Amino acid sequence: MKVRLIDDKCQGHGRCYALAPELFESDDYGNAQLCGDGSVLPGQEDDARLAADNCPEFAIELDEA
Amino acid sequence: MPVSSWADDYDIFDHDYVANPFPVWDELRGTCPVAHTDRWGGSWMPTRYEDVSAIAHDTEHFSSREVLVTPAPEPPEDGEEMVLQLGGEVAAPPITSDPPEHQWARRLILPMFAPKAVEKYEPITRDLCRSLVQDLVAAGKGDAAVGYAQQIPVRIIAKMLGIPESMSETFTQWVRGALELGATDPEVRQEAFKEIITYLFEEVTKRKEHPGDDILSELLAAEVDGEPVPDYHVIGTGILILVAGIDTTWSAIGSAIWHLATHPEDRRRLVAEPDLMPLAVEELLRAYSPVTMARVVKEDVEVNGCPMKVDDRVLLSFPSANRDPEVFERPNEVILDRAKNRHIAFGAGIHRCAGSNLARMELRVAIEEFLRAAPEFSLEDGATVTWAGGQVRGPRQLPVVFG
Repeated sequence: MKVRLIDDKCQGHGRCYALAPELFESDDYGNAQLCGDGSVLPGQEDDARLAADNCPEFAIELDEA
Repeated sequence: MPVSSWADDYDIFDHDYVANPFPVWDELRGTCPVAHTDRWGGSWMPTRYEDVSAIAHDTEHFSSREVLVTPAPEPPEDGEEMVLQLGGEVAAPPITSDPPEHQWARRLILPMFAPKAVEKYEPITRDLCRSLVQDLVAAGKGDAAVGYAQQIPVRIIAKMLGIPESMSETFTQWVRGALELGATDPEVRQEAFKEIITYLFEEVTKRKEHPGDDILSELLAAEVDGEPVPDYHVIGTGILILVAGIDTTWSAIGSAIWHLATHPEDRRRLVAEPDLMPLAVEELLRAYSPVTMARVVKEDVEVNGCPMKVDDRVLLSFPSANRDPEVFERPNEVILDRAKNRHIAFGAGIHRCAGSNLARMELRVAIEEFLRAAPEFSLEDGATVTWAGGQVRGPRQLPVVFG
């Protein structure tokens, strides 16, 4: 599984880095950025889904492959 | 005058509606999703998530130049003098800014409210909450709105602005004058804003001489395109931080405590499963979203079949959007571990609440510390809970008993 962050949709709600801190972090302005390359390790899938399902801007996409 | 029809004569200050607006929103979403009223200067009120979110994102047709739910009072008689003195008209940027000013005005303050900046205030928030709830518990009963919720955000904001805690009571009165009591009384609102501006002007003047480690000093030291930020802008942003950061968060804290007082099963679950806190905080924000913001129509536009004309006011009912059954399953139930929750309690789009990380931290810590000191509490028998509403909805009297 991979997560993708669509930067120009992010408005810094901060839901993703609050709910999935191992996958997302805040930049200096409170906007989200990926911690790594978006790879979701085994055991992180639920947090990845939480991050996507809680983003009010639909800025997070999951690649379930 | 009693409301004749909620679809075309709604009254956001109606006593029963303020106490329990949810049935009205449920009905409107199904029958007339964009309501209208001539009351309080006239406004439209979309109640569906899709419409509220779309308008919040549409800065082409909707301006933020007036975000309060009732029209601004006439400018004060000495208004022009003040404009000359400060170099421009005082608004509350970036909340009242449209693009392109909005972008730089927002970038100025975002770092001050980013998670790392907010983290620094968590220990003092926790100490404050502990000491407040200890006093209440020691008395066996107390008002969780006045004695707890209302006491928290004001002190953190004062700290961030570098203003002594002894001003807390005055700040609280100003904010209630600006947003709550002043919403239906233009004189009260004007007086409150005037006092806030006068006070901030003095504080800004002091910091020019003696800069400190606080937001006002940071704003004065900041540069935009190589130029210092004008005084009227610094004061305006100070107004925003003061007015928007206080009764909004205290209302969210109060509503959360009210919920936990009236829903023992949720309270016990949260005590037993503290890991639920991050999701529970978002769910309480969704279910009891305190804030409604306004927009002003910039050019004629149709929303869900309703013709909105230039200068019409539109109320973005984020609280109603967050209970829309099209988006949320069982929307009128609080489900502490709700996994799909795209709530817009902090708005959406470019005006997403700049202080949301601070508000979220305060709400989480306030609930944690209340439950730690008082895992068992309930509403006092026969006591009256009162609510404020309109711009910001939350309990203003919340008598609880412990044990």
